[in-house]
Amino acid sequence: MALGSFFSRLKQGLSRSTQKLTEGITNVFTKRKLDDAALDELEELLIGADLGPRVAARIIDNFRRTRFGKEVTDEEIKSTLATEIAAILGPVAVPLAIDPGHAPHVLMMVGVNGTGKTTTIGKLGQFYRDLGLRPMMVAGDTFRAAAVEQLQVWGQRSGVKVISGAPESDAASLAFEAIKHARDERADLLLIDTAGRLHNKSALMEELRKIIRVIRKQDPTAPHSVILVLDATTGQNAVQQVRVFKEMVDVTGLIVTKLDGSARGGVVVALAEEFGLPIHAVGVGEKLEDLRPFSPEEFAAGLVGN
Amino acid sequence: MFDSLSGKLGAVFDRLRGRGALSETDVLDALREVRLALLEADVALPVVKDFIAKVRERAVGAEVLRSVTPGQQVVKIVNDALVDALGGAGAVPLNLNAASPIPILMVGLQGSGKTTSAGKIALRLHKDKKKVLLASLDTQRPAAQLQLQLLAEKAGVGSLPIVPGETPVQIAHRAMDTARREVYDVVLLDTAGRLSIDQELMDEVRAIREATNPVETLLVVDAMTGQDAVNTAKAFNDAVGVTGIVMTRMDGDARGGAALSMRAITGAPIKLTGSGEKLDALEDFHPERIASRILGMGDIVGLVEKAAAHIDQVEAEKLAKRMMKGMFTLDDYANQLNQISKMGNLSGILGMLPGIGKIKQQLEGANLDTKIIGRQAAIISSMTKQERRQPEILKASRKKRIAAGSGMTVADVNRLLKQYDDVSTMMKRVGKMGAAGALKGMMPPSFGPRRPF
Repeated sequence: MALGSFFSRLKQGLSRSTQKLTEGITNVFTKRKLDDAALDELEELLIGADLGPRVAARIIDNFRRTRFGKEVTDEEIKSTLATEIAAILGPVAVPLAIDPGHAPHVLMMVGVNGTGKTTTIGKLGQFYRDLGLRPMMVAGDTFRAAAVEQLQVWGQRSGVKVISGAPESDAASLAFEAIKHARDERADLLLIDTAGRLHNKSALMEELRKIIRVIRKQDPTAPHSVILVLDATTGQNAVQQVRVFKEMVDVTGLIVTKLDGSARGGVVVALAEEFGLPIHAVGVGEKLEDLRPFSPEEFAAGLVGN
Repeated sequence: MFDSLSGKLGAVFDRLRGRGALSETDVLDALREVRLALLEADVALPVVKDFIAKVRERAVGAEVLRSVTPGQQVVKIVNDALVDALGGAGAVPLNLNAASPIPILMVGLQGSGKTTSAGKIALRLHKDKKKVLLASLDTQRPAAQLQLQLLAEKAGVGSLPIVPGETPVQIAHRAMDTARREVYDVVLLDTAGRLSIDQELMDEVRAIREATNPVETLLVVDAMTGQDAVNTAKAFNDAVGVTGIVMTRMDGDARGGAALSMRAITGAPIKLTGSGEKLDALEDFHPERIASRILGMGDIVGLVEKAAAHIDQVEAEKLAKRMMKGMFTLDDYANQLNQISKMGNLSGILGMLPGIGKIKQQLEGANLDTKIIGRQAAIISSMTKQERRQPEILKASRKKRIAAGSGMTVADVNRLLKQYDDVSTMMKRVGKMGAAGALKGMMPPSFGPRRPF
């Protein structure tokens, strides 16, 4: 994946989403003294970008300590803000590590409904096949109507085999069989889709744990990755989502989708502060190549419009 | 976790002991907290500002009633203003005042729940004896048309045959033609999810609207939506003129501030809410309930409804009768555990109670969750039928077997028996008191920390 094209694509996606924020900052800070009123407005701008009140307050406190009363320009604000945000995001920008030595590396995709799990699995399948691995996909969303067919279409597009069961069949036993199958066919990566579920539905979360327990009967070290897919339009509830999924199924990393819209995904900053979970990738469109590695500098610069 | 607004305001007003009219300073202090609570609930910033300005106007100088504290008074003013802003008390039904076939258009972002909501609305109209045709205009997402077809089968309504290669506008025309020919009452047109900034797709949905002239154009919005709700609402409203809003995933634990943003930006009423994956999980929108939820003041009505929905009436009555007779076995206890776990995560349930913010934090600290319920149920299911009926026969060796069978320790088994004992003692007392006290007994006391709430 060429880095140049990644940056331009991500920036394209993000620039639209950040236009409003940028305009706001420009309006507030062009040749203006950084006083309490200005700081309040800046804090609101950050909150407006879904950064969350806690992170916004922390950033503002930094500004208050170091820059209070100074004449500041738009550029200064932007670059300082970008640096702040990038510093928070730096430690969590960790690429997804696939170890074919697990034969297969088992990856489970989890998340609430409608965040883009199936689409992301489809994209990952294609991505790793293009890298020369032998991925296989498991249509583990046996609940939602036509979820299996949706993944099968992705499989046909990318030439990646899709393992599926009967509608409303048991996702855990499907995953169990799929690992056997993957071994027989010497696949080195098994991508398991799961049905979307709200994190506060304990029975459904328990079902997810059951899938993991059953998978471990095949391979005690599996799943090797549990990826939570987050929709960038989600507000502060994302914090609770991550908290519960992490507690229940030991999420190993995040993928943030729908960053090509007008949502800014600022809650990611709050998540990085609170949980420090790796952010592996971002989705900036519906096409196969629209799944991109996560770059804190690009994300931060995009957020503040630099 | 968010502190509840009422708790925060309590702190602000602890300092205020005065009575009489609310002063400007009192109000400003309180409104700072209100503002933060609204932002934490994902109400969009411009909407928050407007709202705060309105409340300030109403609150300054308002007489504090003798029976309430200034804090309570502000909460009441805020709550009332919020209910107003959400559309006033009561639900607004779907508009079906038009000649058949009545077109209803579903629009929204990807993954907001349009297709599922279309299926739910179809089922509801079908139950109201309407002849409904579901048509998917989603040529973007793989298998989306198939998904709607399957939902139509489940709901027992008609679905437009899938013809590959047609454009959404062509499908819309065919849907309307089919509906006229086959005398359908309502045609639900489900469109592809689209980004509000995608000009091409927004033009397409405008073309669909012009082709079908829908009576209702429903914007489907995820209750978890953050600040972007403003952009989405504005873009869709400008493009197609939203007539109603459907809020989905209301069964999650998001505060749902997007509802307020949506209503404020579009001016359209929120008509329906989706609260589950089953096709019948569609409800009318009640502004007064969501107002409490946004303010973190609990949702008592919601709690009661949830309890009613999940507690098996027949089972509960059977249990009440047994209780009256002083009979309460471990099977009954297991049954109760099962009913509670069906209601979901305990802290989620507690979150619906007003003023429980602080206690909830303590409970979370105490690691109170449904795992305990699962474990206790496991212990009981490792007992023989006789042991469940007569727990007094459980001695060391049986306990050891049960512990091994359920993957727990003998101490855990003892703890369960102690709790069962507590509950059954209480049950007997309730039995003597009569059925009125029965509801209290639905929640075994030993789940909570041993301090009074």
